[in-house]
Amino acid sequence: MFPELNDLLNTTPDKVEQGKLTLLCDAQTDGSFLLHHFLSFYLRANCKVCFVALTQSFSHYSIVAQKLGVSLTTARERGQLVVLEGLKSSVDVFFRAQEEPHPLQFLRKASAGDLQPLYEFVQEALKPVDGEEAAWRCPVLLMDDLSVLLSLGVGAVAVLDLVHYCRATVCCKLKGNLVALVHDSGGAEDEESNTLLNGLSHQSHLILRVEGLATGFCRDVHGQLTILRRTLSQPTVQGERRLTYQYKIQDKNVSFFARGMSPAVL
Amino acid sequence: MAATAPCGSGAEETGSEAAAGKPGGTSFQRKGPRAGGLDRGGSRLVSIAGTRPSVRNGQLLVSTGLPALDQLLGGGLAVGTVLLIEEDKYDIYSPLLFKYFLAEGIISGHTLLVASAKEDPADILQELPAPLLDNHCKKEFDEDSCNDKTPESNIEMKIAWRYQLLPKMQAGPVSSSRFGHYYDVSKRIPQELIEASKWYGFFLPEKLSSSLPAEPCYLTHGYLKLLQFIQSIIYEDGFDGTNPQKKQKNILRIGIQNLGSPLWGDDICCTENCDNNHNLTKFLYVLRGLLRNSLSACIITVPSHLIQNKAVIARVANLSDTVVGLESFMGSEKETNPLYKDYHGLIHIRKIPRLNNLTGDISDVKDLAFKLKRKLFTIELELKKERKDFIMPSVTPSE
Repeated sequence: MFPELNDLLNTTPDKVEQGKLTLLCDAQTDGSFLLHHFLSFYLRANCKVCFVALTQSFSHYSIVAQKLGVSLTTARERGQLVVLEGLKSSVDVFFRAQEEPHPLQFLRKASAGDLQPLYEFVQEALKPVDGEEAAWRCPVLLMDDLSVLLSLGVGAVAVLDLVHYCRATVCCKLKGNLVALVHDSGGAEDEESNTLLNGLSHQSHLILRVEGLATGFCRDVHGQLTILRRTLSQPTVQGERRLTYQYKIQDKNVSFFARGMSPAVL
Repeated sequence: MAATAPCGSGAEETGSEAAAGKPGGTSFQRKGPRAGGLDRGGSRLVSIAGTRPSVRNGQLLVSTGLPALDQLLGGGLAVGTVLLIEEDKYDIYSPLLFKYFLAEGIISGHTLLVASAKEDPADILQELPAPLLDNHCKKEFDEDSCNDKTPESNIEMKIAWRYQLLPKMQAGPVSSSRFGHYYDVSKRIPQELIEASKWYGFFLPEKLSSSLPAEPCYLTHGYLKLLQFIQSIIYEDGFDGTNPQKKQKNILRIGIQNLGSPLWGDDICCTENCDNNHNLTKFLYVLRGLLRNSLSACIITVPSHLIQNKAVIARVANLSDTVVGLESFMGSEKETNPLYKDYHGLIHIRKIPRLNNLTGDISDVKDLAFKLKRKLFTIELELKKERKDFIMPSVTPSE
């Protein structure tokens, strides 16, 4: 996890908010560093994590997490982390028909797929086991990323349904958190992506939006992060708070600074 | 299985296992002695001909056949990833990059898998460029140099006369220990090298002629057959480490030409809102799944300028690891632009992967142009002359 991002979000591994849906959105750049942050953050906070890893292989996440000081293999062995490796399982599902329902079964369907097996996988992974009730703090579901589901033929409405079901189970029933990454295609061309993004933005408590700089590529400032926090419970005058920072990604850390205040410029 | 040195807190074992040991891992390897001192499989893996570990994070890289492109991609193409080439408008220069990749595979002794719906793979292999051998590559860069023959020494060997009976031409890989070779596009690769290499061809009309599909399937038939073919080669030849008895590990280089074109049975290039415009993206996803678990690297050329639905292009780029776009000046108004008169087109590095790392190897150079000389394909920094009316091409902010 990145200590500076924790400060910006006003959280620490000791006090973790519960029942929140966090949306990570990236436009024209790669926002996966945020996902690595949340993965290591929740593992450090002693939460039970279900990670639906559809974009990269497990070893990629494992190596980056090790740079951030968390061992995914140890967490997996202890039962704290359950990972669905999309790339590896897709090969299994695709070439051999499975007897029991597989989370990625929709790959074998010609028409719009059904995400119910995926939801059941999540439900199974995060349901409280009798023996270890007090062991983990709260369940967390991390999804990387939902736009891949759109690319695989699932409709935007089906993905929104999945998020709704997961939210009902994870956030409301189990008092846990949900973090999802979505790509913003940034135009009117990808309607499904826009539908998904708008639908999710509407229901999220916290939105972290990452975009490249409008002026182009810069070696010292890799992009801009906008934090949008919605306080749904208390409708005050200040219903929404939006803060913008710029960041630079280094080997093991990401440094954040106010706009225009990059150390390279000052 | 990728393994890293523990940073103090982790309790993982430190040896770097070959891909045979761990079923869930990829073949990304870190070279060099470990903190724990064990190096069981790592040294064997690094010694595959034609590969080298990346200086940044120790991943295994293969050369794309163009040392200039290797440099722009951060040292080479990582094993287990997909290099997507967005074709230029008339498909003149992208086949060159495709052939460079395959030629590099032959020279390095890798196994090739060539898939095409347009040309017979055997014909593609005949047209590969000839390699420039060590003592010639410096001289061959000069356009005016006129030598192109190995000085045949017809002097009879006096002392080692038995060796005179052996054939002079090497049949095996020419210089397998080097990473990245130079090629002469005006010459064809010697036939002996092709015959000495191991390659598999997938020519779509041949594979589809046997069975005519009647019912709609979950993936276009051409793609499905290709995926099954790739998977069978990976499995049978042991590229995914399932057969640890294989004596020498090798890389499988996969080249797929014109993917997404109507010849493959996909109609994303024909209509904008076809019912199932996710065939190509599904194919890419499963292909990447196959690659991540095996010692292979793949080059795909896609006619993205033909794809009607722009959303699909963005999705295809998101699902590939490295994306390079070629834009040729032929037929466009840039052909007469004095700024571009020395070049044949622009080359855009659209995406560099971030593998096992928070950042990727982004080069600072953004404006690159290519030129096809008589013998060589060069990539150069586009010189910025005085630009009174020159409109800067839009630079996408990179990651």
